[in-house]
Amino acid sequence: MDRKKRISELRERALEIRRDILLMNHAAGSGHPGGALSSADIVACLFFDEMRHDPKRPMLDDRDRFVLSKGHSCQVLYAALAASGYFSKDEYKGLRRINSMLQGHPDRLKTPGVEFNSGSLAQGFSASLGMALGARYQGKEIRVYTVLGDGELNEGQCWEAFMFGAHYKLDNVLAIIDYNKLQSDDYNSNIMALEPLAEKLTSFGWNVLEINGHDIEEILDAFKEARHTIGVPSVIVAHTVKGKGVSFMENHPKWHGSLAPNAEELKIALGELTAELTGKSGEGEEDE
Amino acid sequence: MNDISLREAFGRALVKAGEEREDFVVFDADVAGGTCTNFFREAFPDRFFQCGIAEQNMFSLAAGFSTMGITPVVTAYGVFAAMRAIEQARNSIAYPNFNVKIVASHLGLDTGPDGPTHQSMEDIAIYRSIANFTVLAPGDPVEMPGAVSAMLNHKGPLYMRTGRSPVPSVLGGDERFEIGKGKIVRAGTDVAIIATGVMLHRAYGAATILGEEGIDAMVVNMSSIKPIDRALIIECAEKTGAVVTAEDHNRFGGLGSAVAEILAETLPTPMRMVAIDDTFAESGEPALLAEKYGISIEDIRRMAKEVIDAKA
Repeated sequence: MDRKKRISELRERALEIRRDILLMNHAAGSGHPGGALSSADIVACLFFDEMRHDPKRPMLDDRDRFVLSKGHSCQVLYAALAASGYFSKDEYKGLRRINSMLQGHPDRLKTPGVEFNSGSLAQGFSASLGMALGARYQGKEIRVYTVLGDGELNEGQCWEAFMFGAHYKLDNVLAIIDYNKLQSDDYNSNIMALEPLAEKLTSFGWNVLEINGHDIEEILDAFKEARHTIGVPSVIVAHTVKGKGVSFMENHPKWHGSLAPNAEELKIALGELTAELTGKSGEGEEDE
Repeated sequence: MNDISLREAFGRALVKAGEEREDFVVFDADVAGGTCTNFFREAFPDRFFQCGIAEQNMFSLAAGFSTMGITPVVTAYGVFAAMRAIEQARNSIAYPNFNVKIVASHLGLDTGPDGPTHQSMEDIAIYRSIANFTVLAPGDPVEMPGAVSAMLNHKGPLYMRTGRSPVPSVLGGDERFEIGKGKIVRAGTDVAIIATGVMLHRAYGAATILGEEGIDAMVVNMSSIKPIDRALIIECAEKTGAVVTAEDHNRFGGLGSAVAEILAETLPTPMRMVAIDDTFAESGEPALLAEKYGISIEDIRRMAKEVIDAKA
């Protein structure tokens, strides 16, 4: 496919995901919109370009695996799964409500396409390394993708996992850090300083790629480079903006969670998202 | 044959199982010599994964690994398996209902000289309270191969106790191990002693002495703690009218609690619990610790007499 067209389509997918994040967040009346919005471009590129998967056969043996280790941002995962066709968008209205397939954090036994019950931070990352090791042991040619939060890196288990990945040379795993600089209560730098992050990861033996996590071209290029890096695991430090795409949510700690836009805020937010895409892509985008 | 420990019996059984089936691997946190998975490592180096001293990562790794259709048998000392990495056991393994087997050595006062940091006396209570987990504590080395086989055939999260110190075997070698079933290993009518793990041989020893004193004590091996053999517990209570439980574990939340939960709702029966009395112990030889902290053969004998007096 023509690269320009491909990028334009992925931008539209990211918009669709962001819009759905807000719609389901509004319907639930709570959730974690900030970190879902910051990872939307990365997740759109994974589901609609990078990963081998088939929504019609969610348990396909040789599918690539995706683990949203920052499980609280599950709205981005649910939006990507629904947009892919794993389930109907009608399910959005059940998010965080009783008798629903969409739990407050991902549940593989309830939601088609979910690979792991993440939400307790660091565990999804370790599990994705286990999947990668298991795949290699079984001779399966699959790749495992995992998205981590920056606040998640406070967990010591993450660093146990970084050591493990390097020790076992798990080049079939790609970790992506959604580095939006904000965690639950405040900026990372005020809670637990992470810098110099890239240097730390390099010293742990990982191939580190640093990108703008909202630039589709940079995301695709980094995925490609990681795929061609042999004998060492890769991690992308994706610089992002928490709440990306919605002016009043961007870089604001209060939109981590557990909060949802009211009807008026939702209207403003959806309008801003559409305008942003129209401005950047030069193509018209109909409002829904 | 000299007495061997439950952990050694486990290590040997794992090698034998490894020869018979290829559907499992072993994860270790740098304690293979302690848990006796070193035998497996030597026999099947390609099926053994060293995870370093990082139990939390190891448990979540095992969860992910299991999704590829191979069962990880994850081994650690009891305190780390049941406490350091317990939240990973709950959220990475139990909640998604993955096929991961956790096997712990170094349990209770049987741990001996390593002292209280390593004497896990909470693990049964902890694992018993986590949904989806099956909990086993085989009673002697003879029972271990059957337990390992049953563990590998079982689908879902499972926690199993072994033991550090050599223990005498009480059981015959030809018995089938069945999850959810206990077994009467000595018939009796005056009192039923229900024991688990390394306490089985002490229960048997106490019953022998009681027999010489004219008391007819039944001994039950309760190596499946969850699910527990509800019908057998009720049957024991009906037949004897007096129950003693025996475990190398804190008195809160372990085997005694599990038995009491059933009898309280079905057939309230005079009971005594032989267990560690909610205290941290100390370093020492297991037999001496058992005497000092109330889980010896003599303690079982005393409690049996006391509960028999109580039923009248």
